[in-house]
Amino acid sequence: MALSASLNAAEQRKPSRLGRVLEDRLPYLIVAPAILILLLVGLFPLIYSLIVSFQRITMTENDTSFVGLLNYAELFKDTRLWVSLGHTAIITVIALPLELLIGFLMAQLFIDRMPGRQLFVALLVLPTVISPIVAGATWRLMFDVRFGPIGQILSSFAGEPVRILWTVNPAYVYPAIIICEVWQWSPFMFLLLLAALSNVDQSQLEAAEIDGASYLRVLRAIVLPAIAPIVAVACLIRGLDLVRIFDIIWALTEGGPGSMTETVSLYTYVQGFSQFETSYTAAISFLVIALLTLITTLVLKRMDLAR
Amino acid sequence: MRIGRLPARKARILALRYLGAGVVTLLFLFPVYWLFMISFKTPDEIYHLPPLWIPGQIQFSNYYVLFKDGDVLAILNSLIVAGVSSGIAIVLGTLCAYSLARFGTGGENLAMWIISQRMIPPIAVVFPIFLIYVYFGLVDGYLGLILLYTAFNLPYVIWMMRGYIVDVPLELEESALVDGLNRWEVIWKVVFPMVRPGLMATSVFTFVFAWNDFLFALVLTRTEVITFPVMLTHYFGGQSNFWAKIAAMSVLGTLPIFVAVSVMQRYLVRGISLGAVKG
Repeated sequence: MALSASLNAAEQRKPSRLGRVLEDRLPYLIVAPAILILLLVGLFPLIYSLIVSFQRITMTENDTSFVGLLNYAELFKDTRLWVSLGHTAIITVIALPLELLIGFLMAQLFIDRMPGRQLFVALLVLPTVISPIVAGATWRLMFDVRFGPIGQILSSFAGEPVRILWTVNPAYVYPAIIICEVWQWSPFMFLLLLAALSNVDQSQLEAAEIDGASYLRVLRAIVLPAIAPIVAVACLIRGLDLVRIFDIIWALTEGGPGSMTETVSLYTYVQGFSQFETSYTAAISFLVIALLTLITTLVLKRMDLAR
Repeated sequence: MRIGRLPARKARILALRYLGAGVVTLLFLFPVYWLFMISFKTPDEIYHLPPLWIPGQIQFSNYYVLFKDGDVLAILNSLIVAGVSSGIAIVLGTLCAYSLARFGTGGENLAMWIISQRMIPPIAVVFPIFLIYVYFGLVDGYLGLILLYTAFNLPYVIWMMRGYIVDVPLELEESALVDGLNRWEVIWKVVFPMVRPGLMATSVFTFVFAWNDFLFALVLTRTEVITFPVMLTHYFGGQSNFWAKIAAMSVLGTLPIFVAVSVMQRYLVRGISLGAVKG
């Protein structure tokens, strides 16, 4: 009886040969499509581009002869490239700590439960989820010298008309970009830090409160070490994003005035799609990848040490 | 004495926190409010000095123009491209994640290679992809963008879902296998329901990533399949900015994301934080 029951069960499962093969190979079968797409759209262009970077293809000539490291040697003489890397670094170094600080202060404000907190959090997500190009467009409207509200608000504080050409005046164009960037991404830091802070061990905090420890001391001894891993990851994610900043600047200044706000992403774009320096653009791309890999590795190393 | 004072002090602190919350929310939402209001203004009101904080009347002609000129097709294109690509990325990515989580396929090396694909800056790959797309005639079509966004989102989906699947108790799956379910049934009937919240959050983010992309779309679209962010930049014209169009288009283009995020609200904070902890 037991035998016939199990035979029945086996009958129901219909272990056809194809079914068996599908089940045996399943681990690989279900990995394959994803990997295939990644190879096709991720790795293949990268390898292709590496080859191109050793050739001398430009818009005017399709010279596929190999020139060795010539394109890479050119990189070192290209002042505009290094200046664009400088612009990228400036924006990253200023915006990242600001976003972290503002996100942290916001998280502190909302860490304790209060009625309606959910609604505030829901509203504050908005800047982070909208398209960066919309964020840039929005701030372009805000900053407009005649019809934007920022000028009007500043004027009412100053008591006289304030006319700042935010996106044209070299002195204000960086603040404009950074304001937009910080506005969009501080809420992202806020959400991460809110989650991190609510996971801090409550019993430790209570014990510290009973001992009468000061706020700063609690922050340094308990809170910061507890949230450090998430802060590190958040900085890494945002840092990498800031290094390749493109959309917001495109919407706000298109790299101008002149090439005042040209970051390395914008410069690469210009070389590739208006100058059509095919091989040279490929070389720049690999410089950027090398730099990012270096930074990521260093940061990850440090994080491991911190743990 | 202290007991008597405590509630009053607490109430004051709570009031202060509400004040702070209000100010912060106002600051962060004001630009959105401004954009929204401009989308309802007449040209006279948009170019009014000093700027008007509230339009005289709510009128929809800025939106009407977008529909009349067919500009909303850009929104439709974005919906198709982002929807299809994130759908594919979710299905393929989740299956791949299951294999990585349960069978350790490819070991840590494969997992690391997958996430490293995500760290490559788009600007570094967009140019070779453009050249290859030109060669295969994929520029300015749905297929090219869908393929690209799928590939772009796969590492994210795989890593997020791997984290969620590892958390599903192995015993559940084993007992289901003993009960006679095959692997596919186990994935569909046991694992899928358990990871649904994570799947929701991941789906929203993949959709948002694809929806918000500008660089790839800028390079790979021409006239046929323009997505909404690219359409938006077409309004930044040499001499004049067509603010009415910019504002109305921005509002329309933010609507789908707003809806998705509101519906999935309760999953999102967990999704973001888990991504950071495990990523």
